[in-house]
Amino acid sequence: MSDKPKLRVATTSLAGCFGCHMSFLDIDEHLFELAQLVEFDRSPLTDIKHCGPCDIGLIEGGVCNAENVHVLREFRRNCKTLVAVGACAINGGLPAQRNHLDLGACLQEVYLSRDGIANPGVPDDPELPLLLDKVHPIHEVVRVDYFIPGCPPSGEAIWKFLSDLIAGRTPRLPHSMLHFD
Amino acid sequence: MNGRFMLDGQPVMFEEGQTILQAAKAAGHYIPSLCWHPDFPPHGSCKLCIVKVGGRHVSSCALQAKDGMEIESNTPEINGERRALLQMLFVEGNHFCPSCEKSGNCELQAQAYELEMTSARFNYFFPVRPVDASHPDILLDFNRCIFCELCVRASRDIDGKSIFALTNRGIHKHLVVNAESGRLGDTDFSALDRAASICPVGVILPKRVGFAVPIGERIYDEKPISLVSMEKER
Ligand code: SF4
Ligand code: SF4
Repeated sequence: MSDKPKLRVATTSLAGCFGCHMSFLDIDEHLFELAQLVEFDRSPLTDIKHCGPCDIGLIEGGVCNAENVHVLREFRRNCKTLVAVGACAINGGLPAQRNHLDLGACLQEVYLSRDGIANPGVPDDPELPLLLDKVHPIHEVVRVDYFIPGCPPSGEAIWKFLSDLIAGRTPRLPHSMLHFD
Repeated sequence: MNGRFMLDGQPVMFEEGQTILQAAKAAGHYIPSLCWHPDFPPHGSCKLCIVKVGGRHVSSCALQAKDGMEIESNTPEINGERRALLQMLFVEGNHFCPSCEKSGNCELQAQAYELEMTSARFNYFFPVRPVDASHPDILLDFNRCIFCELCVRASRDIDGKSIFALTNRGIHKHLVVNAESGRLGDTDFSALDRAASICPVGVILPKRVGFAVPIGERIYDEKPISLVSMEKER
């Protein structure tokens, strides 16, 4: 084992489905290798609530509400290298397919006028983050250093990217790992 | 007159009347393109096939080869410009590849892979473009149109029907259907028309074949478009 200090990595899911995090776990036995090289800061894998100074931040999902904006900015402030992971972080993805609809009409449809709804009413608990008018990819809100496309990117692609980055190489995905779907 | 030009430092022979792109491809050198199709005259709208001749940008699909030309194509500078053109096409439409039936068979997406475009870099427009499902056999999803006019040309010049046209200019440019109602179902368009199978992206799609070939096993999933297109040439 080398004495090199471990890199700190933070991960989060904004307007995503956790599919990219599942794919990250799909790197299987490389997780052991990774555990030798990095330690995790804020992430669904730890119970850390706020991101501290980190080397790498991995963001899954686009930006659909006010809380997403705060979390994303916290990551940008703290992470030396910020990476958009997956289709939703890169172009808004499935959640952004509401962008051609009026938000108010959307909420009405789901919470008021839908058939068979028991207690009609748009949820308005003050704890709930305010929705944004449109869903945005993360590069429209903060500067992003790298993008790993895919819905989700394969475990192989995530591992290739991370192993390049950790080794100090410019991360590059070969054709077989570069997919938008 | 036949002759020889230099492409990225390599000699390429050409025959009288060939464009730079045709001669390059015939000699086994790939130049990326989207709106160019071997069955039609050059259109020159996508600009992906730009090369530099004597320091000037030209569309290689449209410029006839001349003896002694010095041409740059596969350079970091020109590929960067091509990538920016692709990025603009991606933000101007709505390209959600994971839910697009064309994914894996799409030339726009394949060019993005070819040129290692990992993000669209610019801010998205998220335009509002409702789909037209009125035709019994064909779906029109305008969200993905890149204005290559291949359907316009095929319908007019091969099918003799002139079903499609582009209207307006600049950011308001869009594809329209030649019917009073504007709906494809009100035309004599047929799934057997040449125009029904020519769209390089996911606009003109046959119904009821969705995901017959699984994602991951489609044309450009397996091979880069540079290889696929050169194999077709042979
Ligand atoms: S047309 Fe091509 S680039 Fe656009 S969404 Fe479909 S697969 Fe993606
Ligand atoms: S519908 Fe397809 S073929 Fe027609 S102009 Fe648009 S992208 Fe080109």
